[in-house]
Order: sequence, then structure tokens, then C-alpha cells
Amino acid sequence: MENSPCQCMEESYQELVKFINQYEGESESLIMVLHKIQETLGFVPVDLQVKVADVLRVPISKVFGVISFYAFFTLKPKGKYHISVCKGTACFVRGASKVLDAIEKKIGLVPGDTTNDGKYSLEIVYCLGACGLSPVMTINKEVHARLTPQRIPEILAEYT
Amino acid sequence: MEMVTLSIDNQRVEIEAGATILEAAKKINVDIPTLCYIEEINEIGACRICVVEVQRAKALQAACVTPISQNMRVWTNTPAVRKARRLTLELILSNHPRECNTCIRSLNCELQKLADRFGIREIRFWGDDLSYTIDESTPSIVRDTNKCILCRRCVAVCDQVQNVRAIAPQERGFKTTIAPAFHLDLADVACVLCGQCTLVCPTAALHERDQTEEVWAALADPKKHVVVQTAPATRVSLGEELGMEIGSIVTGQMVAALRRLGFDKVFDTDFSADLTIVEEGNELLHRIKTGGVLPMITSCSPGWIKFVEHFYPKFLPNLSTCKSPQQMLGALIKTYYAEKIGLDPADIFAVSCMPCTAKKFEAQREEMRNSGYPEIDVVLTTREIGRMLRQAGIDFNKLPTEDYDDPLGISTGAGLIFGATGGVMEAALRTVYELITGEELEEINFTVVRGLEGVREASVQAGDLTVKVAVAHGLGHACKLMEAIKDGTSGYHFIEIMCCPGGCIGGGGQSIPTNREIREKRIAAIYTADELMTIRKSHLNPSVQKLYEDFLEKPLGKKSHELLHTHYTDRGTAPHLKASE
Repeated sequence: MENSPCQCMEESYQELVKFINQYEGESESLIMVLHKIQETLGFVPVDLQVKVADVLRVPISKVFGVISFYAFFTLKPKGKYHISVCKGTACFVRGASKVLDAIEKKIGLVPGDTTNDGKYSLEIVYCLGACGLSPVMTINKEVHARLTPQRIPEILAEYT
Repeated sequence: MEMVTLSIDNQRVEIEAGATILEAAKKINVDIPTLCYIEEINEIGACRICVVEVQRAKALQAACVTPISQNMRVWTNTPAVRKARRLTLELILSNHPRECNTCIRSLNCELQKLADRFGIREIRFWGDDLSYTIDESTPSIVRDTNKCILCRRCVAVCDQVQNVRAIAPQERGFKTTIAPAFHLDLADVACVLCGQCTLVCPTAALHERDQTEEVWAALADPKKHVVVQTAPATRVSLGEELGMEIGSIVTGQMVAALRRLGFDKVFDTDFSADLTIVEEGNELLHRIKTGGVLPMITSCSPGWIKFVEHFYPKFLPNLSTCKSPQQMLGALIKTYYAEKIGLDPADIFAVSCMPCTAKKFEAQREEMRNSGYPEIDVVLTTREIGRMLRQAGIDFNKLPTEDYDDPLGISTGAGLIFGATGGVMEAALRTVYELITGEELEEINFTVVRGLEGVREASVQAGDLTVKVAVAHGLGHACKLMEAIKDGTSGYHFIEIMCCPGGCIGGGGQSIPTNREIREKRIAAIYTADELMTIRKSHLNPSVQKLYEDFLEKPLGKKSHELLHTHYTDRGTAPHLKASE
């Protein structure tokens, strides 16, 4: 239970374990069960992966294979501010890489990771459907358009 | 069976409906190259080396997964096919380490062979340099992800044949690797170290830990008395390592060759296989008479033992407490033999030649040092012995045959057949029958327990007792048998399980390639060698009898118990991970 920082987490944990236990031997329910965990906790902790493997009778190597395959699943909780930088074709050709470099430098984070204080998490996405505004990123649900590396510190300063 | 007619390279071929283009081509000896394909185990069309042109198909088709149809026309060697195969190879090679000269699989690498076959002289693409840490966490298997071409053969064998599932594809795209969960090392997950993955890996991404240098060093050390033992299965596979025909029986040449390498004594694991039968046979009778835990299950196969420890700990009391023949002989070398020749066991270096990667792990187990010394210092696989013999320039064809050394080199046909699935059972039956009835067994070939059927069973009448036995080989088949006996009503007295398909002759340390056809030839060689032996029942081995008189006193006695028997540990399925309660 070392992954649960507070009482509410503890409760959702217990409920998740009950939820998982309903699917004994049902290997075909793997992705659905992992979805539930991801949605409830914001990530899929290692001990619950092992639990899922045991109960659904899916090898742990495969459970982790699924989690590491799909970008939807994460191994760490997302930060208070979750940054999604688009590297789709339009954003890419209009300098998304430089924007990403600037963010990485500013918050000291590589894509897929969360800062130790839990404040920021960073991911790369491929097309947010706003190519006309490229390069573009979202922080939680807010969209930031026509980015330049120079604008990054000022934007991030709004999220404290 | 509905037959379908098609043409391949303008040759007519008739084959059962449902067959693939690859199978049809094989039938008329058209060689379509493959890389990710393993018959019946990995037919996924992933690598695209087997592409062929099919009339009216929009694109080239992967021969290994494309079913044939009536009047289909296929071409396997057109400019488009050659171009596609070469491109595929170039792309696979684009991020493959260019270190063939120093690679452990050099000259026996499927990727290298294909690059040669297609005349790849230049690679136009330069992919990312891979720099994965090499996993050397286990004593048995080295995992070098940098050399992996993601063919997934290892995953298929680990999953479908062995039911172990220690490794699987992780991540995706360029970051994809074949690895244990959470990118853990092999030593930290429930891998049984059977090495079947090393047999099917087309490159050196999975290979045995090479310990030949340790043995060369011991051989060069004048203070060390270096002895070697050879497992039953090595004598029908080592010839292949040296370019001989598959299934050549090279017992005498192997003994001669090992002497020429400088081993002071050459002993035979067949001797301790006989000893195992005497101990295990008596253990079985003891369990039957005293209401002990039944069925008793064999304990010779270290991959099987580790599998039970991880996945079926409930059955640990069913395992025979007998150590494997390798460890029994090691224990005797460092005690009985040391005493006999007046040497300090500390000065004896015991090497064993095994068809097995899991034996390297077994030799390092804490329990395997009852004499105060490691019973076995180094385990070499068949492939490593082949490597040493090639280095020394030894040619089997030019060697005389020689005999093993006394007293730990005297053996019977019963010890020899340990190398094939069903062999331990047959050897045990030859002895147990006579122990129970006190009469001589006339028909000693128990052919009913032979063969490659996954699970086999038999009943043998011995006096008043009907001995019910079962045999399984390959852990997938073993699982089926374990599930069948779970409820305790099977009535079996004795079960033999070998970790690897075909038994030890198909072990993870054997010559590459090892496939069904090759396994069958090695098994045939084992039974031929058995027929040639003068004594074919373990309890009649004169050296084993003398060993009891001089040293052990009696089967299951105090000394046997100390030196020849062991215990097991529940290891759990995720040894280094904990689930939520």
C-alpha cells in the first residue's frame, strides 16, 4: 500500500481490489480492468498489476506489455498540471521539438514522467486536432496555441 | 481430405486444403527463407522475409501465413520478391550491432546466413544505436536486447510450449523490447532457465552463459585435479556441433576428446543416473508401503524443479527428494572419489557437460554443497563443449573411441535412456519390477512410455501391484498432467516429467538448431545406444553395487540421505513483486 498517499486513495484501493476480484480467470477482461484502475487512481500501480495478473490469470509479463504499449496507461500518477505537447505532423514541422525542449528544460522532466513534487507531468501526443494553431499543447484542459520556446516560461508561470 | 492444386514457380503442387504457401513450397523442395517462423509455434508473418508474389494479389504475401487456394499461382524468386527481401534485411540490419566476428552465434546465426544468402554488401540505412544493458543476472541465460530482431520466437516458445511466460513484448514502436514485466532482469521473475528461448533465437539476443574460460583456466592450473562428467543426451548431440550427421552417437570419441583437452578423469552421468534409479526406485516403494505422498514425481530436470517451485508449490512434497544425477555424481566426486584417491576435495574441480542451461542454476543452489564444497564447479552446455573442441582443433572423425574412467564411469542402458522423454520411467520400471517381484524381468523395453506424445500413461503389473505411471515432456504438457492430478484421484504412483520437449535430448543447451525432426533422430540414437549396452538395468550396475558396499551402505541410508537427497523451496510466481491483498 506504499503507493497510497491519503485515506481516500486507501478506500479506492480497497474498492479496486474488490472490483478486480470479480474477474477471476477472465483474461479477456484485462484491458477493461486496467482502464478502471487508470481512471480511478490516475495510474496503474505495480502491486495492482500483480493483483490483476493473479486474479485474471494473465502472465504479469503480458499485463505490463499491455500497459507499456498503450499511452493511455501510466505507471506514475499524473501531475497537478498535465502537459500534452503535440508532435503531430503540422506541429512537428512548425517547431514542436524546440517547444518540447524548452518545457523539458524548464521543469526538468522527460515525456512520460511526473515531477517528484507531483506538480507537473509531461506527455507527447500525436495530433490534438488543432493543426491551424500549431505548434500546440494542452495543460489540463486549456489549449495553448502558436507556441514558441520563448513563451514557455511565461505560460508555465501561470500554473503553480 | 480435400486436395488443392496450385503452381509454385511454374511447378504443379497438390496439397491438403488449409495448407500455407510455405508448406506447399516445402513439398516440392522450393526453399522460401523464413526468420520469425517456427512450425506450429510461431506462425505470425511478422518478419516479411518469406514474402512471395501471388497472381492477382495487390501486394507481396507472407508465405508462412497465406493459405493456398485452387489454381493459385505463386512465384518465390522474382525481382520484386528479391528486392523486398533485401530491403527487409537491410532494415532489420539497420540497428543490428555489426559485431558478427565477436558474436557467440557467429557462423550459426540465421540473420547472418540470410544476409549472406541475399548478398547484402551494403546497408543503406543507419538506425539508432541501441544501448540496452545486457542482462547477465542468471547463471544460465544471457539476454542481449541489442541483438534482438523482435521475431517473437522466444515469446512463443516461453508461452505456448513451456507455459512460463517470463518474457513478452514491452513498450511499442522503436522502443519495443522482449523483456520480463517492468523490464526486470530474468533472475527477478519466474523464469525456469530452461533455455528453450536460446534454441529458437535466430541471433544472439538470448544465449547460454559461456563458461568455457573458467574451464580452460582450471585445466591449465597444475594444482587442480579436473574431472568431467557427461550427461546421457550429450553423446547424441555433440557430433552435430562438430559437423557430423544429426543423431550420431559419439560416446567414445567424446571421452577421447575430453581426455585430450586435459581432463584428469572422464566420468559418466549415466553412472549416477543408475544410482538415481536405485535411490528413487526404493523411495517409490517406501512411499507406496508407508502411505507416503503419491504420485511421486521425478526430480532430475532442474527446469521442471524450478517450475514446480514457482507455479505448483502444492506439489513440492510429491517431488522425489533425490538430487539429479549431475548433483549426485558431484557429491560423490567430492567425497567418495576424493577419499579413494587421497585428494583434498578443495583441489578437485568438477565440470559437467550437459544438454541444459538450467543445470548451471542447479549447480549454484545452496543445497548443492553438502560436502562443504560446491558439488559441481562449472556446468558446460553441449554448445560450449563444442566450442572448446573446435578451439583445440579436435576432429571426432579422426579420434579413436575410448572408455570412461572407473569407478564413476561404469553405466547401463537404463542410465543412458534418461536422455529421452520416458527414459527415467522406463529405467525405473526395469528396476522397480525386479525389486517388487524378486524375479528377472524378461521384456525390458517398455515402448509404451516412449515417443513424443505430450502426455503418456501406462499400467505395469509387478506381482500383486499394478503400478500406474504417467510421463510428460515440455512444461505445457506437464501443466496438463498437473491439472489432471490436482484433485488427487488419478491413482498414479509415479510420474516422470522432463522440462524440455523430447526430454534432455531437446534441452536448452543442445546443438542449434533443435526441432522436432532433430529431436526424433536424437531419441532414436539414445535407444540404439541402449540396445548396445551389455547391462541394461540400473540395479545391476557393478559400480553402483560396489558403491553401496564400500561407502553408502544401503539405498535411502544415512549417507545417501546426506549426500544424494535434497529439499525444495516455494518461490512464488512473482518473486520480486507483491500483489495487493
